[in-house]
Amino acid sequence: MKFTLKNPAGQHYEAYAYTGGKAFDAAKPTLVFIHGVLNDHSVWILQSRYLAHHGFNVMAIDLPGHGRSGGDAPASVEEAAQFIEALLDAAGVQQAALVGHSWGSLIALETAARLKERITHLGLVGTAFPMKVSPALIEASLNEPMKALQMVNVFSRATLAAPPSALGPGTWVYGASMALGRRVLASNPKVNLFHRGFVACDSYTNGLAAIAAITCPVLFLLGESDQMTPPRAAKGLIDQAQASGKTLQVVQVPMGHHQMSESPEETLHALKSFLGL
Amino acid sequence: MPGYNDPSFDTLALHAGAAPDPATGARAVPIHLTTSFVFESSDHAASLFNLERAGHVYSRISNPTNAVLEQRVAALEGGIGAITTASGQAALHLTIATLMGAGSHIVASTALYGGSHNLLHYTMRRFGIETTFVQPNDIAAWRAAVRPNTKLFFGETVGNPGLDVLDIPTISTIAHEAGVPLLVDSTLTTPYLIKPFELGADLVYHSATKFLSGHGTVIGGIVVDGGSFDWEKSGKFPELTQSYEGFHNMVFSEESTVGAFLLRARREGLRDFGACLSPHSAWLILQGIETLSLRMDRHMANTEKVVQFLASHPMVSRVGHPLIERHPSHALAEKLLRFGARGAGSVFSFDIQGSREQGKAFIEALKIFSHLANVGDCRSLVIHPASTTHFRMSDAALAGAGIGPGTIRLSIGLEDADDLMDDLKRALKAAEKAGSKPSQA
Repeated sequence: MKFTLKNPAGQHYEAYAYTGGKAFDAAKPTLVFIHGVLNDHSVWILQSRYLAHHGFNVMAIDLPGHGRSGGDAPASVEEAAQFIEALLDAAGVQQAALVGHSWGSLIALETAARLKERITHLGLVGTAFPMKVSPALIEASLNEPMKALQMVNVFSRATLAAPPSALGPGTWVYGASMALGRRVLASNPKVNLFHRGFVACDSYTNGLAAIAAITCPVLFLLGESDQMTPPRAAKGLIDQAQASGKTLQVVQVPMGHHQMSESPEETLHALKSFLGL
Repeated sequence: MPGYNDPSFDTLALHAGAAPDPATGARAVPIHLTTSFVFESSDHAASLFNLERAGHVYSRISNPTNAVLEQRVAALEGGIGAITTASGQAALHLTIATLMGAGSHIVASTALYGGSHNLLHYTMRRFGIETTFVQPNDIAAWRAAVRPNTKLFFGETVGNPGLDVLDIPTISTIAHEAGVPLLVDSTLTTPYLIKPFELGADLVYHSATKFLSGHGTVIGGIVVDGGSFDWEKSGKFPELTQSYEGFHNMVFSEESTVGAFLLRARREGLRDFGACLSPHSAWLILQGIETLSLRMDRHMANTEKVVQFLASHPMVSRVGHPLIERHPSHALAEKLLRFGARGAGSVFSFDIQGSREQGKAFIEALKIFSHLANVGDCRSLVIHPASTTHFRMSDAALAGAGIGPGTIRLSIGLEDADDLMDDLKRALKAAEKAGSKPSQA
């Protein structure tokens, strides 16, 4: 489904959200899934379909300038948070739960800090703060994106034998993620989405203040073998959430950075528990 | 605990898709000989049917043993996933039936396995799908054959049995300009000798009966999706880009940005046509893949010796292997195949100087080579294509496929090369004697 939004210059563009195989219905509790760098809505397919068929109004978005969405690709976490707010407004959604993966987790965090009570739940999957990206990887994302894509997927993988995944049994998660990265990169001929996304992750500084500012429960869903955002890299956020009295859950799944595709069942179980299903 | 780094071919051939069984600790892949899988609850059942959760329901659709094979071949090919089928022919049919219906058109190489030619030229035509056959090395012909209703380009990595190497980079470019994918049969090369996706192909299938299994014990097939073809951008595949009433009104390309083909092929094609692979067969194929590179190295080494032997024998008028420098695909083989012309496979043809009777005498004199209709066995095999695998083809069609009435096809196995050459030497002598009999009468 597409929603019409305005960019800061007042120009209209369409933003896409996958609704999990059910019609969009703002009267239901809304859940927004936010993907990471060089991903799109399809990384959330299993979780989206399940929750859409279990009472939620699901919006698994393509960030602006990614995949099926028009507009300018956000250059910062803050810009992306503005987009989420504008999307909720355009969709007529008063309150929503936000679940983000990797870069998307920072976007969800920043949005929750800005929108306060408008956000009912905050799910941070594969998160870290600061989410520093090595200078070599940032440089490679710009000048050797295929090499950088391979590096990222090698770091993200934790198993050679993933359980049945988004395409069903027989899915080779590593290859599927590589193909999706190539496709999303090619979806925007104007901007190198890889480099822009990494720079946005690397330059985000408001994480601790944001986690202190949220008003909703927060879930940290972390991969035990995650080399992109190892669990220890989320400790600062977790400590700050605890120190500021937030209601929080910390769940570690026995996987890497492909939580939704390498451990879809554990990811769904954690989300269901967090959302009260 | 760190994750895996980036395993190479042999590690993937042994480990991709499989881990020690969490229930029993079994290290080898278990054979899950069960038709169906128990649901945890009614909600779990509904979720599996509706693709809200991933798992196994019924072994016609998926099975844990088959899933290991699917992941493994996808990993070796560099794809996003795969679907195992009852045979290589079933994989080809599943691919075609997923991508098109009556009124569609295929452009295919003339240098195909006879069974593939039958399916396209006779059977699919009966269902309203036409095929235009073009010489694999006639690049202009591929382009000229495109029609508005063309849905697929199709060829073999090395054409059977002339070993015409498919110029995948060039032909895939033409296919993509026409908005259609290139499907490649890589049975004779396996992912060890060529990586079609890296060269531009979009879909790859194998008769796993051959080198992947490698032991002449099992019939099976597999189709792999490279995840590279943009079905929506093409605009020619409503089967993948529009709501399908036959499966929850799903728009497969919306569900999966890169995996729409596999989603529909499994959820419709396996479900409805039912040409699934037995888990036992999948297990046998997995055993073969574990030693694929070791076997392919030996196949290549033996083939090189046999080709050299035949090329220097006075009774042999032609050896159809790209190792021969005047072979039309020699340069392309050197360019595209992992080991150059050495890697053009161990299934090739040659022509005996003399009559049809001499060819018959040759085959009947062989002791180590087995006369049968298969290739890619660990044992060496021989056949006369014009009277067996390609017998339905006219002389003109045979010529188009590079096959003469006296052409002999060999599949070089893993025996000692000296024994193979000795067998061929004695059989050629028998052929020579058979040719001399009429003049003595």
